Amino acid sequence: MSFVSVRNVFQSYGDRPILERVSVEVEEGCFVSIVGASGCGKSTFLRLLLAQETPSRGEVSIAGQPPAREPGRDRGVVFQKYSVFPHLTIRDNILAAEELSARWGRLWGRARRAARERADAALARVGLAHVADQYPAALSGGMQQRLAIAQALQARPRILLLDEPFGALDPGTRLSMHDFLTELRAETPMTVFMVTHDLSEGFKLADRVLVFDKTRWDPDAPERWGATITYDFDARHGGIPFQSARAPHAA
Amino acid sequence: MRWINRRPGRPLAVALALAPFALAALAYVAGSEARLAANPADKLLPAPSTLWDAAMAALTEADRRSGEILFWNDTFASLTRLALGVGIAAALALTLGLAAGLLPLAGAGLSPFVAAVSMAPPLALLPILFIVFGLGEVSKVALIVIGTAPFMIRDMAGRVAETPVEQIVKAETLGASSLVIALRVALPQAMPRLIQAVRLSLGPAWLFLIAAEAIAATEGLGYRIFLVRRYLAMDVILVYVAWITILAALLDLALRRLSARAFPWAEPAR
Ligand SMILES: Nc1ncnc2c1ncn2[C@@H]1O[C@H](COP(=O)(O)OP(=O)(O)OP(=O)(O)O)[C@@H](O)[C@H]1O
Ligand SMILES: [Mg+2]
Repeated sequence: MSFVSVRNVFQSYGDRPILERVSVEVEEGCFVSIVGASGCGKSTFLRLLLAQETPSRGEVSIAGQPPAREPGRDRGVVFQKYSVFPHLTIRDNILAAEELSARWGRLWGRARRAARERADAALARVGLAHVADQYPAALSGGMQQRLAIAQALQARPRILLLDEPFGALDPGTRLSMHDFLTELRAETPMTVFMVTHDLSEGFKLADRVLVFDKTRWDPDAPERWGATITYDFDARHGGIPFQSARAPHAA
Repeated sequence: MRWINRRPGRPLAVALALAPFALAALAYVAGSEARLAANPADKLLPAPSTLWDAAMAALTEADRRSGEILFWNDTFASLTRLALGVGIAAALALTLGLAAGLLPLAGAGLSPFVAAVSMAPPLALLPILFIVFGLGEVSKVALIVIGTAPFMIRDMAGRVAETPVEQIVKAETLGASSLVIALRVALPQAMPRLIQAVRLSLGPAWLFLIAAEAIAATEGLGYRIFLVRRYLAMDVILVYVAWITILAALLDLALRRLSARAFPWAEPAR
């Protein structure tokens, strides 16, 4: 039984199909990149994995659990923006990963001190210790995303979902974020799904690259059919030689 | 250079800011002198010296009957009503607005009702309030609440509903319950907006306060103004009007300072 199991999932908004016949099995610890044309439903797929939405048909299950109905601590997420809390300092943002699950959203006394130490350790690990008392608005885009990833990981999720996390960063910062993510993964193996528009980024970081596209296309009504996974590349060893784990146009 | 790109330097900005005040004062003095020259007993535009005397008398001289300085009593009575009214409205806005903005179930139940209530003209409700609550303090405070709360609740609910869905989802993935999302994510981010809504509501709140005091009260700034109007005591009226304006400006400034100090993250980056 695989770790993440997506079985024959369909998703439509109103009568407009976005995804159709999506099935994929992913092993624990696998890094999966998701690429595809703009608007083809990559973020929708991520929302389904996150349980932010429930599919019109089919199911998503993680670690053999019954399908979740709303997001929870087993799934971490980093969006392109708005991923950290602007009203909390950098340290409190990390602390939030432990505090928000408490009854009143706060820890007190010894529990708080211990959580604070862990937060400071996490900040030191991701190179944000020197700005611990500032607010996120004072950080550069790259540092904000670093914070968002560190915050998501502090809650120890079973899977990490990234929706174009580096999409708004300049190429240099993007490269250093790649190293950052690779290092984090070397320390704590985790299952990751990352949507990206950058093919080379997808192949560089991932073990598998999924391509979403429409298999049926009606020139008169482009919105008639939804997208599905059309290619499933093995991207280990830098993706060379590229090998397709799934034949194109097969469901 | 285009006019939209011309900015005043510091001295010019100060001069431009002061100019309208100086012009208004000048116009008043000129008008006052002209009228007093024609008729030394004119009461409409008292001379600046008369105004000053009236202000000193109001601030320091005790009332013959009660032995108290009415000016301060009036100020205290009015500010108490204002604070109670706006405070209750703000508390309602915080709780109901938060609920309506965050919980779809509460929003569906509350929003249409609040929208409908906000359409009722508060001053038309004043007679009802007087009949129901009597002529005492309750009806005055209630008028301020009814007049300002619907706007504040709607503003708050709208603002809370605008919280980026990414933030809410993020909090969910960190294990936050609805209560915790309300307390630790939505509430703190709504606070600066609440203070802003209070600032905007203070204008209408003063309006309702003075209207209620004018109709039925035994003390208060609005009561005093409408009382001395019978004697055409323009000097006293002008002193009170200036005092109300100063109070309103000070309140606004205090709230702005409070917001900037308590919520530094909400300030535009410099
Ligand atoms: N809640 C919604 N209701 C209706 N339509 C939606 C909703 N969310 C997304 N859509 C539509 O579904 C389609 C797929 O959206 P999605 O965000 O998943 O695309 P995407 O592949 O992530 O695109 P991009 O690369 O631009 O981020 C889009 O056409 C979008 O307009
Ligand atoms: Mg997207």
